[in-house]
Amino acid sequence: MDRLRYVMVLLVCFLFAGTAKASGAAADENGNVDVKAIVFGHIGDAYEWHITKWGDKDIIIPLPVIVRSQETGWHAFLSSRLEGGEEYEGFRIASEGEHAGKVVERTSSGEEVRPLDISITKVTFALLLNSVLLVAIILGVARWYKKRTPDAAAPKGFVGFMEMFIMMVHDDIIKSCVGEKYRRFAPYLLTAFFFIFLNNVMGLIPIFPGGANVTGNIAVTLVLALFTFFAVNLFGNKEYWKDIFWPHVPNWLKVPVPLMPVVELFGVFTKPFALMIRLFANMMAGHSVILALTSLIFITVSMGPAINGTMTVVSVLFCIFMNMLELLVAFIQAYVFTMLSSVFIGLAQAEHEPKKA
Amino acid sequence: MSLLVPDSGLLFWMLLSFGVVFIILAKYGFPVIVKMVESRKDYIDQSLDAAKEANRQLSAIKSESEAILAKAHEEQTRILNEAAATRDRIIQEAKEQARMEGQKQLEEAKRQIAAEKEEAIRDIRRQVAVLSVDIAEKVLRKNLDKKQEQMAMIDRLLDEVVSQS
Repeated sequence: MDRLRYVMVLLVCFLFAGTAKASGAAADENGNVDVKAIVFGHIGDAYEWHITKWGDKDIIIPLPVIVRSQETGWHAFLSSRLEGGEEYEGFRIASEGEHAGKVVERTSSGEEVRPLDISITKVTFALLLNSVLLVAIILGVARWYKKRTPDAAAPKGFVGFMEMFIMMVHDDIIKSCVGEKYRRFAPYLLTAFFFIFLNNVMGLIPIFPGGANVTGNIAVTLVLALFTFFAVNLFGNKEYWKDIFWPHVPNWLKVPVPLMPVVELFGVFTKPFALMIRLFANMMAGHSVILALTSLIFITVSMGPAINGTMTVVSVLFCIFMNMLELLVAFIQAYVFTMLSSVFIGLAQAEHEPKKA
Repeated sequence: MSLLVPDSGLLFWMLLSFGVVFIILAKYGFPVIVKMVESRKDYIDQSLDAAKEANRQLSAIKSESEAILAKAHEEQTRILNEAAATRDRIIQEAKEQARMEGQKQLEEAKRQIAAEKEEAIRDIRRQVAVLSVDIAEKVLRKNLDKKQEQMAMIDRLLDEVVSQS
């Protein structure tokens, strides 16, 4: 019970940390809070990591900008050079237009073009950080096993917890969904699960180094879905391809108009696409809702202390609820992604023709 | 919506970092853990089987030992019975022998006693004879002091001899 209370207090503290951040983010000259700017500013990407505003001072971690210009080659500098729309070495962050919020280059002819941009942005930084963390955690756990023989007692504490977690994913999701040849795909599916889960959970921590919307970014989920796409299609067996191009349907559905093959072929791409969108939308929505609920406090400031006070309580309570829910969602989305990937891989591995109803 | 357009830079980094994470973990991370857990599971299964087998053997040994024990018990009873019978027989025999021996000794004693008695009787008879001869001598000497008596005696003896022949 004491621990629960401790967690609650900590959570509220985090929430207030988050609110402090939100207050610094976007307020127009009338003191009205631009919720949309706060929310989209957070769930989008940025060239620097804005932590909070302390008084009038923004606390920002500058991140490296790495760009390749068509004319002048590679450039690498810290994002603090571009702060406040300043121009550095011909680059600046566009404030409006097609490339708003991105680094653009002013060419010699005067027009603004987008250079090849592989900057370490906020999401990239969080991504790299979480990747290092994940590798450290899993290799740390694996080290425990390397030093022991099978007749050693089962691990306790964190290693024991991770073993339970890993074997849960391995046995309940991968083994049962992929089928006989699960061994070949288990490392990828386990990596995908823990990668997504860790990024989801890190995204829920409101302050640095957490809080970045990594799995709620479509580029991240796109790569994950691509990996599943290749795992399904590169390792699919003959039956799988036959099922796509010559499925078990009445012949008039296949010749002369290849209706079902087209549908099946379409399905090959929609499956990973659905994976990509599901993870992206869920995580993005979670971040948005929590931010919107937190913003409620600042929106109601102009409505007087009574409403503002009530709404603050409501907002904090809802935020606690949403954080709990998001913790669940963080797990569920990792679970669903891994499970569906396993099912798709398993279907592409099925030896005998599945009976179609 | 810029949210739905994947950023190329992020795409590159994601591809790189996820790829590296995947390669590292697929090589040094998860297989080690999974393999170890599975081999531990096998080990536990094996141990259970071995324990079951040992249990089975133990119970077999137990029943075997019980059988041996029962057999030994039976043997013991049999030996005891036999021993008792032998003892009874030996005692019986000894008694018989003792009785016979006693009988024999008794008879011997009787015989000896009889012989000694005979001897004693003979001895007595001899002494009686000697004594009677002595007495007769004394009587005769007394009776034959006189000449005529001696003569009468001789005559009578001669008569007797003559009459006898």
